[in-house]
Amino acid sequence: MELLYNIFVDPFAQMVSTPDFLLQVLWEGFVTGTLYALIALGYVLIFKASGVFNFAQGIMVVFAALSLVGFYEAGVPAWLALLLALGIMAVLAVGTERLVLRHMVNQEEIILFMATIGLSYFLIGSGELIFGGETKSMITEELGLPTGSTVLDVAGGIVILQHIDIAAAVIAALMVAALAFFFSKTRIGRALRAVADDHQAALSVGISLNQIWAVVWFAAGIVALATGIMWGARSDVSFALQIVALKALPVLILGGFTSIPGAIIGGLIIGMGEKLFEVYWGGLMGGGVEGWFAYVIALIFLLFRPQGLFGEKIIERI
Amino acid sequence: MIYREAGQFKTSYRQDSAIFPILQDRIAIIFYLFVAFIVIPLFGSDFFLNSMMIPFLIFALAAIGLNVLTGYTGQISLGTGAFMGVGAYSCYKLTTFFPETNIVLLILLSGFFAAGIGMIFGLPSLRIKGFYLVVTTLAAQFFLEWAFIRVGWLYNYNDSGAIEVPQREAFGLIVTGPAATPSVRYLMVLSIVVLVTWVVSNLIHGRIGRSWMMIRDMDIAAELIGVRPLHAKLSAFAVSSYVAGVAGAMMVFFWLGAAEVESFDVNHSFLILFMVIIGGLGSLVGSFLGAAFIWMLPIVIRAVPRVLGLDINAATVEHLNFMILGALIIFFLIIEPHGLARLWSVVKQKLRVWPFPY
Amino acid sequence: MSATAAVRPHVTEDGRELGEVLMDLRNITLRFGGVTAIKDVSFNIQQGEIRAIIGPNGAGKTSMLNVINGFYHPQEGSITFRGETRSRMRPHDAARQGISRTFQNVALFQGMTTLDNIMAGRALKMRRNFLWQMLRYGPALEEEIEHRRKVEEVIDFLEIEHIRKTPVGRLPYGLQKRVELGRALAAEPALLLLDEPMAGMNVEEKEDMSRFILDVNEQLGTTIALIEHDMGVVMDLADRVVVLDYGRKIADGKPDEVQSDQAVIDAYLGVPH
Repeated sequence: MELLYNIFVDPFAQMVSTPDFLLQVLWEGFVTGTLYALIALGYVLIFKASGVFNFAQGIMVVFAALSLVGFYEAGVPAWLALLLALGIMAVLAVGTERLVLRHMVNQEEIILFMATIGLSYFLIGSGELIFGGETKSMITEELGLPTGSTVLDVAGGIVILQHIDIAAAVIAALMVAALAFFFSKTRIGRALRAVADDHQAALSVGISLNQIWAVVWFAAGIVALATGIMWGARSDVSFALQIVALKALPVLILGGFTSIPGAIIGGLIIGMGEKLFEVYWGGLMGGGVEGWFAYVIALIFLLFRPQGLFGEKIIERI
Repeated sequence: MIYREAGQFKTSYRQDSAIFPILQDRIAIIFYLFVAFIVIPLFGSDFFLNSMMIPFLIFALAAIGLNVLTGYTGQISLGTGAFMGVGAYSCYKLTTFFPETNIVLLILLSGFFAAGIGMIFGLPSLRIKGFYLVVTTLAAQFFLEWAFIRVGWLYNYNDSGAIEVPQREAFGLIVTGPAATPSVRYLMVLSIVVLVTWVVSNLIHGRIGRSWMMIRDMDIAAELIGVRPLHAKLSAFAVSSYVAGVAGAMMVFFWLGAAEVESFDVNHSFLILFMVIIGGLGSLVGSFLGAAFIWMLPIVIRAVPRVLGLDINAATVEHLNFMILGALIIFFLIIEPHGLARLWSVVKQKLRVWPFPY
Repeated sequence: MSATAAVRPHVTEDGRELGEVLMDLRNITLRFGGVTAIKDVSFNIQQGEIRAIIGPNGAGKTSMLNVINGFYHPQEGSITFRGETRSRMRPHDAARQGISRTFQNVALFQGMTTLDNIMAGRALKMRRNFLWQMLRYGPALEEEIEHRRKVEEVIDFLEIEHIRKTPVGRLPYGLQKRVELGRALAAEPALLLLDEPMAGMNVEEKEDMSRFILDVNEQLGTTIALIEHDMGVVMDLADRVVVLDYGRKIADGKPDEVQSDQAVIDAYLGVPH
């Protein structure tokens, strides 16, 4: 009886009695969710254009942030470090296309997927070898990003908003808008959608798959760099982040592998859901439930609605 | 001995269906077993047994477990580490409850707990495939990792949060705990690995193994022929997790001596997946080759610069190991998706027709 | 046997006796969302005959086979097989009841050898439990060898002894089709469904395949329903032909009757609907 009370009544009573705290929790969840959504966005970009489920996207986030901080620590000014980090992501994109993807055309999806796990390990090893394995902190101020916080008086209490979090949300929104523009209004964007629809058909009208892949991986690299900066500003820059970055996978299950709005909504649902669950229900189970909440939600989803929130039922053919 | 099958006529389907139809292969197997059971324990140093042979065998068994699922049934899993953990923690609980029971029996029993958990997390595989399964097996991985930390009952509420292996005797020998000698532990591990490998090999060569491969190669056709996906997939999850669980229990009881959650984290899941890929998807021999390769790689990376007179620190070895592993995975997937096992069989094929290949 | 199936046993031109109705399909309608793939189609398949299903591309032929062996579930209509009426079943139930098939695009298990593929066709007939399988000894081994003997008969029959231990992925297309037929035969089906068994073959391969199909029908007495585009083949092989167009049945009868049917000629030549 008490257990039932603790599960079904008490958490909601707490939410109602301290709404400011609830808002604070939701805000934290929202910001985490934005970052999940950004990582998921990287996956979606690559999946849409090349059908590759790029396991290394989370690692690319850390790798980008690590090279940014690494260049800065080597004495390069912040703006140049940013450009150099972008350059690294471009090299990575072209390199991946040349050395990996090009040789794996027509392989099964699952083989490509395993190759990206290999890519992850390669990036972790080389990142730590070049920039050192110790934890670094993000050069937030040097990049001109806001620090500090604002205290809002709402609902009879206070909610604290970190400025960097607000900046993260704004930048995420801008980036999604830019991608939407890129996809619908530019020549490469149109070619990209053509490739996403049908590789063979796109090839036959003279679109270069190799070029498209490199472009898409670079775009995913830019998204990764932005995500890395925002995330690094909230915690630290180290490959320990990769475990957190994996949470983009359940986000994709919810949102679907090819939908940009799906990635965003999925990210926000997971981010806010896991914060709420941790704060209000986690204590009942000894805490630390944030580690698996997202996956279990995804698992339940897969059991009952495998096509995701927005997907359509798949008709199997033979 | 020339590797030649000329003159070996099979006069019955029984002979032709044997797992090693060629005489030289049967002799080779007996030879390997002789070396493994007699020569190595007699002449191997404690370091060799403890740091190379025991972990190699245990990881090979775990790789066989994953290979059943990924290589033979085509269902990818990133939860192997956690399923090994289930085996280890259940064995620990079993030996707490039944301190008098033979520990080898308990290790073999603990696999059943892993099999049960594996089947539960395998349920979604009935409706989904490919990397969707990655997510459900990751769910198993992270949920179980959490349980290994937060459920105190699993480690008897130790302050350290670790499971420590008690001393146990079996067959008149001390087999676990600090007092057990490496050669005894090695022989225990070897016997269990040989036994489990033999059983898995039998399954693979029979009806059940065929139903797994049918699901792997074309699940819809398999269903139309009359394979029940439910039976095939869940049995693969059960066998795979059972084998991983036994490997996990052995890892703690015969090798590490104590373990906490880090021994079963997602990196171990990756490591074992790599063993399967490099060794060869869908090959038992490959599981051994892959485990040997990946286990020896860091040892080689450490040794080579030392021979060349270079000084290389432990962190750099670790980073190099990651880089080389990653590059090798991609290399093998591009050049030879069937891994070392395929190279091995190519060599054997060449040998069969040598010196007249035409 | 339902009294409504007003078809008498009769004798074909070459003197074989055709039996009772083996499968009776009534008013089958199959929809995918808003698209109607099959609309109100009824026909039957008699014991021992070769029944062809023909029609232009997109007529719903493969969908029809998928309905027969339970892969698609029709929204309306009933299927009576060996006197048992059903509205819904799973593919493996169909397999269990003795329906086996081949596929339009070869659906072999590419990673397995010819032998294993055909052994796979006997999956349903193997019963030994897990425990015996683990030991590969006693009953499990006996069973394996007994089935091996049956499979070797199929291999003999189809003349593919030489590729017994070759992984099917490496075989040329024509042979793959033959292995696939072998896999279906290994199940000793009561009803064999062939989806374009001769697609993509050259004349010689077609002749071989026709011979095998006739042999299966005559020597083993297996009832066959097949989809085929080559009209010459259909006219030679089939005892009766059903013609589909845009998901509807437009003709049903002996090959020569169907051939001269105006609706069929229109469908193939493309009269506007």
